[in-house]
Amino acid sequence: MKKLFALLFSAIIIASTVCGCGESSSADSETKSEHAGESIVVYNWGEYISNGDDDTLDVIADFTAKTGIDVTYLTFASNEELYTKLKSGSASYDVIIISDYMISKLISEDMLLPIDFDKIPNYQYIDKALLDKDRFSYDPEQQYSIPYTWGRVALLYNKTVVQEKPTSWNALWDERYKNKILMFDNSRDGFALAQLLNGDSFNSEDPEVWKKAAELLKKQKPLVRSYVMDQIFPMMSSGEAALAPYYIGDALTIMSQNEDVDFVFPKEGTNIFVDAMCIPKGCKNKSAAEEFINYMCSYEPAKANAEYLCYSSPQTQVIEEHKEYLREEFGDYAVEATYPESLEGCEAYVNLSAETNKLQTDLWLEVRAGSNYTRSVICVCVTMAILIGGIIFAKIRKYKRDKFIYS
Amino acid sequence: MTSKKVMALPYVFWMILFTIVPLGMVLYFAFTTEGGGFTLANFAEAAKYMPSLMQSIWLGMLATIICLLIGYPVAYIIAKASSRSQRTMILLIMMPMWMNFLLRTYAWMTLLEDTGIINDFLASIGLPRMHLINTEGAIVLGMVYNFLPFMIMPIYSVLTKMDKRLIEAAQDLGSNGVNVFRKIIMPLSLPGIISGITMVFVPAVSTFVVSKMLGGGEMLIGDIIESQFFGATYNPYLGAALSLILMVLVLICMTVMNQFSDDDEEALLI
Repeated sequence: MKKLFALLFSAIIIASTVCGCGESSSADSETKSEHAGESIVVYNWGEYISNGDDDTLDVIADFTAKTGIDVTYLTFASNEELYTKLKSGSASYDVIIISDYMISKLISEDMLLPIDFDKIPNYQYIDKALLDKDRFSYDPEQQYSIPYTWGRVALLYNKTVVQEKPTSWNALWDERYKNKILMFDNSRDGFALAQLLNGDSFNSEDPEVWKKAAELLKKQKPLVRSYVMDQIFPMMSSGEAALAPYYIGDALTIMSQNEDVDFVFPKEGTNIFVDAMCIPKGCKNKSAAEEFINYMCSYEPAKANAEYLCYSSPQTQVIEEHKEYLREEFGDYAVEATYPESLEGCEAYVNLSAETNKLQTDLWLEVRAGSNYTRSVICVCVTMAILIGGIIFAKIRKYKRDKFIYS
Repeated sequence: MTSKKVMALPYVFWMILFTIVPLGMVLYFAFTTEGGGFTLANFAEAAKYMPSLMQSIWLGMLATIICLLIGYPVAYIIAKASSRSQRTMILLIMMPMWMNFLLRTYAWMTLLEDTGIINDFLASIGLPRMHLINTEGAIVLGMVYNFLPFMIMPIYSVLTKMDKRLIEAAQDLGSNGVNVFRKIIMPLSLPGIISGITMVFVPAVSTFVVSKMLGGGEMLIGDIIESQFFGATYNPYLGAALSLILMVLVLICMTVMNQFSDDDEEALLI
């Protein structure tokens, strides 16, 4: 299967690069980069770049226009999806944009290339607070990644359904809101909330901490309407669900769609995440990839992205303008939510050991899968028994009749 | 003869490439570790997922039974209608299948949601709202809706091809309507029923779209296998082992079912 996938993907990529080259040669002959005419593959989250909608800057097109480097832009839905693609070796990418814990996982599995920072002069504009090694230890040597956006996990709630403003994550365990609660459809974020509520660290390597969290999540399961990621948008906007944990940038987007929705950062603390640009092993054009990263750290694209995404920008030239933009679009609360005064109570994910990772995914499936075991077994057995009974009955009848006919 | 064999070649090639080879891969992966050595540990680990497996099989069975109960009368009515209305009715049954499976299931979400069309309607005529989505009932409903045509079509085609003279002969010999159905029509349509059951049960057991969209939090065995290949868990070895177990179980169920058709049809049932 791996081979087959590899074959298909390489065919697609070859096809796309061939097409790309064809277009670029017809474009302006004025070369602006030593890599003009070459091409790179960028792999990013869906809906995670300013794409030219509503008079925004089309970042990818702008990059190609400025440098002459063609970009094949692909998207994924979760860190795990990207990991699967990289791991199976089915495709090669030049730049990937992924979350902190996945970066440290890729580093520990030796799947990233160190970035040549001399080629990225715009690195100087990256907010030093995001390079604080004590808080963000996903890339301890800081040689594999450059922050793209960051943010925190907030608790969203619908004011018309949830009467008093929640202050704790335990609102997600509140019986009164049964079938109105949404939960993360990924194990790391899901467990983190339970661990915060238990007063544990979500970076703990202690199996007991994870088991305790799993117990809590099992208690929550009957109350949960759905486990979702992007589906939170329609569900919270339409009022189908009333409580949901989600990333603050998207929370602001949802609030602009439904004014009954508000958010809060619960008292137990929350997760702070950084999504960063990396160059994976197997990259075909590292130098052009670095040029792309450098471009993304420059003022214009960073500003366009910040305004398009509503996530906190790591680009220091942009921050003040972005705050102004948020104040106008949403109000003061959005500024504080996006660029908090202090990061007190915020913890970032650290990659877990292989054993803890395995335990985590196993427990997550245990939480999510297979309720009503006894009932299912009984029902299956009864159905099979009726079937087999029917067969035996038919056989006996046939036997008797045959005996009657032939005797 | 040889020319016929040549005609079959594209399909043989297709089958080898997309059925035999992948099956071999599933087998290979199920018995290997990440390093490539032989192991049975994948199966030991797969045992943990028995609850989901059983739940999937039960829900699949339930959906199949409901499909049969709805599908057989429909197929029978269509087969008895004039050929003109037959064409219309078959068209109506096939029509939803022109639309993508995902979209159809998505549409059910909008219908069943707490703030969905059904509940809004109930509320507007003064009835209390019901919680429909995110239940096992919703999963079964989704399965029945999506797979019902697969039950109707084979039964219908068997019924239309049935030799009418047999029915006439039974009537001539004094059988009443009920007996004609019991002794002639029902046994002769068994091959259609069996293939209908197969075509509904097999995809229903392994579905992961329906349970994900309509079942809310419930993960059936299809979801678990999917998460082994594309999700956070990423363990294709366990995924392959689970697929293999599922295949074997489905095979057992099908073998039991096929006992019905192995016999002379006349000797059967009722």
